Amino acid sequence: MTAAAVFFYLFACILVASAFMVIASKNPVHSVLYLILAFVNAAGLFVMMGAEFLAMILVVVYVGAVAVLFLFVVMMLDVDFAELKQGALQYLPVGMLIGGIFLAELVMVVGSWAIGPGIPTAITAPIPTGITNTEAIGLVLYTRYVYFFEIAGMILLVAMIGAIVLTLHHKARVKRQSISAQNARTPQMAMRVVKVRTGQGLGSNEISSKDAGSAA
Amino acid sequence: MDFFWTTLWPLIVILAQSVLLLVILLVGIAYILLADRKIWAAVQMRRGPNVVGPWGLFQSFADLLKFVFKEPVIPAGSNKGVFLLAPLVTCVLALAAWAVVPVSAGWVIANINVGVLYIFAVSSLMVYGVIMAGWASNSKYPFLAALRSAAQMVSYEVSIGFVIITVLLCANSLNLSAIVGAQEKGLANYLGVPWLTVLNWYWLPLFPMFVVFFVSALAETNRPPFDLVEAESELVAGFMVEYGSSPYMMFMLGEYVAIATMCAMGTIMFLGGWLPPIAVAPFTWVPGIIWFVLKALLIFFGFAMAKAIVPRYRYDQLMRLGWKVFLPLSLAMVVIVAGVLQYWPVAMAAVK
Repeated sequence: MTAAAVFFYLFACILVASAFMVIASKNPVHSVLYLILAFVNAAGLFVMMGAEFLAMILVVVYVGAVAVLFLFVVMMLDVDFAELKQGALQYLPVGMLIGGIFLAELVMVVGSWAIGPGIPTAITAPIPTGITNTEAIGLVLYTRYVYFFEIAGMILLVAMIGAIVLTLHHKARVKRQSISAQNARTPQMAMRVVKVRTGQGLGSNEISSKDAGSAA
Repeated sequence: MDFFWTTLWPLIVILAQSVLLLVILLVGIAYILLADRKIWAAVQMRRGPNVVGPWGLFQSFADLLKFVFKEPVIPAGSNKGVFLLAPLVTCVLALAAWAVVPVSAGWVIANINVGVLYIFAVSSLMVYGVIMAGWASNSKYPFLAALRSAAQMVSYEVSIGFVIITVLLCANSLNLSAIVGAQEKGLANYLGVPWLTVLNWYWLPLFPMFVVFFVSALAETNRPPFDLVEAESELVAGFMVEYGSSPYMMFMLGEYVAIATMCAMGTIMFLGGWLPPIAVAPFTWVPGIIWFVLKALLIFFGFAMAKAIVPRYRYDQLMRLGWKVFLPLSLAMVVIVAGVLQYWPVAMAAVK
């Protein structure tokens, strides 16, 4: 039990510290790297709660794919973030005031929150025992929550198609490689063996420029 | 004293196991590196490294000493912390994947339920070593190499993910030991030749996925013909241009450990892990670890031959292969495998 507590506090402390560094570090690339560290530690906390499938998916999807794209974008931006942050200090009192109001409201809402008896069991599927949590998620994801799952998939599909429609332009002048056309070429289509007579050159074989063009 | 036996002792055991695995793995890496160079040389009718030790057997150790005793040079314009962190990330992540690899029945440090996903997650993190190195070097060629390599690694992870899913569908588990266990029975029993266990392994029923996995593994580990990261004719030496001495060695080490991990993954998922190929007397006497190593070496031989034989891909062709060929193919195979397993009881009986 003590080992679990030690690891919990280790992950939790690094998580909070790196989350703070995400907003505190001057260099945006460092911010993204701290964000990745925060993700990995959150995955560690998931493992400690016994949700190893969620932990691995968190690492694969967020750290392995989403954060890579973040990093891509941030690395390629040539923005002087230190200059942007120069004026941040003068807005600090206003920001802290708004943050404080939000915090107070959240505390009030959460403090007076009451959940009726029987509601948690009615809105969520019962947690099965004796199987791994990968199986448990699979059993409810495609049956009980299939509509939510499908809707999430549709939203992602729409976003993907939207991005493709916005960015895909077929320019007529750009040459494109067609690998099937290249593989379909035969030596007969691509070249022609000619015997060149000495002193007369290719002219004697009566190759018109049109033939040469189609052969190339 | 009770605290010692319940908490510290398991920790010490795990540490000892990890150290043992690391030592064996690193010595193994030294020799597959040599094997890689020797095979490459043999294909080109050269001799390869043959000076240090008998037949050049100590070449890798000589290289190690050479790297370690050089002075590490950190470019003045670089981002020092990230610059030094990048090789560490590559090396540590590559080694961390081996914690869940079962090299024989029960011979595994952490027999976790989501072993396949763990290896997949760790290998998807390997891309950070490359990006961080490219960015922190503060130099043009490393940066370009890092960008194209990151895109390449992320692209081929997608098809590896689908390959893993088809294997999981057949094996019914994410545990690596259970995946090997699921290959003990299968097609050979169905065909009435239960001693020919080589037919039980998933390379046969999932052959297209085995090919996709092999090629994607080449791309994922930045091996030739997909070594666009270090395409020396275009990008000097890729994202590690600014690196020398020990940091460079750690990149090399991480790369080869990642290759070994991919070989182990292929062995576990498609070649039946530690199971003997023919279940008759002389073959069943051989310990499982020997079979595991032999199969992993077979896949590595494929890697080395691909390096020696196949010319390098152009970048747009690489992207086309990943997104337009492998992704639809593996997606279709996931649907086909799932459908066959669900609706055709014969296949269910043959695979299980």
